Amino acid sequence: METLSLLADGFAVALNPFTLMLAVAGCIIGTIVGALPGLGPSNGVAILIPLAFSFGLDATEALILMTSVYYGAMYGGRISSILLNIPGDEPAMMTTLDGYPMAKAGRASDALVLSGVASFVGAFLATIGLMLLAPMLAQVAFLFGPAEYFALYLLAFSTLGGIASNNQRKAALAACIGLAIAMIGLDNSSGMPRLTGGNLHLMDGVDFLVAIVGLFAVSEVFIFIESHGKSSAIGVKLDKITIPVKDIIASSGTMLRSTVIGFVAGILPGAGASLGSFLAYMGEKSYVRDNSRFGKGDPRGVAAPEAGNNAAAGGALVPMLTLGVPGSGTTAVLLALLMTLNITPGPLLFTERPDVVWGLIAALLIANFVLLILNVPMVRIFVKVLSVPPSVLLPGVCMVSFVGIYSLSGSYFDLLLMIGFGVLGYLLRKLDVPTVPIILGILLGNHMEDSLRRAMVLSGGEWQYLFSSTIAIGLWIAAVVGFIAPLFLKRFFAKPVPLDDTTADTASADSKPAS
Amino acid sequence: MSDRVLGLVALVAGLAYAFASTKIPTSFLADPLGPKAFPMILGATTALCGLLIALKPDRPGPQWPAPITWFALAIAVSVLIGYALTLKPLGFLIPTAVAASILSFQIRPKIIASLATGVGLSLGLYAVFRFVLGLSLAAVPRGWIA
Repeated sequence: METLSLLADGFAVALNPFTLMLAVAGCIIGTIVGALPGLGPSNGVAILIPLAFSFGLDATEALILMTSVYYGAMYGGRISSILLNIPGDEPAMMTTLDGYPMAKAGRASDALVLSGVASFVGAFLATIGLMLLAPMLAQVAFLFGPAEYFALYLLAFSTLGGIASNNQRKAALAACIGLAIAMIGLDNSSGMPRLTGGNLHLMDGVDFLVAIVGLFAVSEVFIFIESHGKSSAIGVKLDKITIPVKDIIASSGTMLRSTVIGFVAGILPGAGASLGSFLAYMGEKSYVRDNSRFGKGDPRGVAAPEAGNNAAAGGALVPMLTLGVPGSGTTAVLLALLMTLNITPGPLLFTERPDVVWGLIAALLIANFVLLILNVPMVRIFVKVLSVPPSVLLPGVCMVSFVGIYSLSGSYFDLLLMIGFGVLGYLLRKLDVPTVPIILGILLGNHMEDSLRRAMVLSGGEWQYLFSSTIAIGLWIAAVVGFIAPLFLKRFFAKPVPLDDTTADTASADSKPAS
Repeated sequence: MSDRVLGLVALVAGLAYAFASTKIPTSFLADPLGPKAFPMILGATTALCGLLIALKPDRPGPQWPAPITWFALAIAVSVLIGYALTLKPLGFLIPTAVAASILSFQIRPKIIASLATGVGLSLGLYAVFRFVLGLSLAAVPRGWIA
């Protein structure tokens, strides 16, 4: 009952005309961001944060706008997956497997509508899950001391490096790079400068927005210059939008199962939406009796990853809000937003700022209906967005990033640092080193060190204290297992190869059978 | 090969970082761990990851661009640096139009289209920043408006 009254208060915040307008605007921007290849959700949200500040939004409003963008991007990612065979963002990768073959078979509109509905089911149920689970987890989070937090941060890095990456060594290296960058600047406890090399600009440390925009947006420009925007494939034409009622009913079970899988995957700190859509697809493929059509345009293969990725997007907000540990790259960016707004996520957020939490949840419930309308009857408008050529889009994104970062600090140094991060991001992406752990490291580095140091203060330097509670031990075990287990399960976690237009059309996508 | 270089660079950088961490000044407000320990652990872990990557590189390695593309990327980086340095003294419009035109040309080498993109982005974004978001951006060099 208490939940309902809190939710009613939340709706009072969310139904304020200005907030409502922000949610709708966020949904539209988000769907565009998601649909455009080369502009992923973390990217889009990161670029928009400085602009949201200059707009003078307060905490609740900024958070509602950005989370609507985040949800919208998760919906929009499928559009180019289905029509162009290029994932609009990383989690939409799995949607290309069956979405594009379905579109090639002349069922583009069916695939778009079905995936739109699947997105809605996933996101809506996940938001309700968030509403029910987050307050409970916030209660548990009160039991967390520094030792538990340290183990939790470790868990976030190890799941990110273990399950969600192809090469553990490189993911661990990326996490170390991020954490090492976070150490630069004044030390929180002693007030002494660390590793600044005497540079005054580095005293305040490296701003994570500078790093995020550099690593994601600026490096994307370099990637496109290298490829001359060749990746913009011809794609498939879209005809009249009809509702494939039969497919929707036939895949309703798929949607529900995938929502559960995606939500759980999203809650795992560090795992995120890509893992959610991957597990949902693989789970559904091994669950259904006749999976011979998977990878060749099975409607269930479209519904499963979309429900999974949107549910994971909602799930990832749970650890972000209750523990301050993001579940994915984009929630890491949202966490950066909260920290910049001086809001500390964690159990206290639920007791001290219920307006923020419940306003956000109510806004997300509303946003889902807005997104359903935008993504099913009005999807044609967003399909038009895909015809923006990369030669206009990428310079535009780049200029917006520059102005955004410039408006934040007004310093040349940050702009040059951002370019430096862009070059670094390009090289690392070529070398197949994931960039999300770097972001997470920069974001969480100081918190991680603080919790370790506080734990040592509490125990007087006894390191056994780190393993002194059941929760801490459980988290350590989960961290170790999460990092090591994928090494032995490599076969199961091998990613299916998307349909390649250059080879025979019948190229099967199920390269590796699920063991 | 690329991974071996990456690994060795990480190994050296990690050791250098750990070494630099030993030079961090400590203050009298000491906690049991102090400001040095965590960075030193990080440096050591980075070095270890580098070693493992160098010993067991991914195959096949990455596809590096041709020399001409490296040249194009170097131009792009210099354009961005130039943009960063001129944004304030020259105002928003001119540097943005120039930088956006060059980047656009680098992605799709069509001169007229690139120029149109540059000018269009410059004017369009200025309108959005100035009138929708209310940012105080100087449009042109300071001396141009009396």
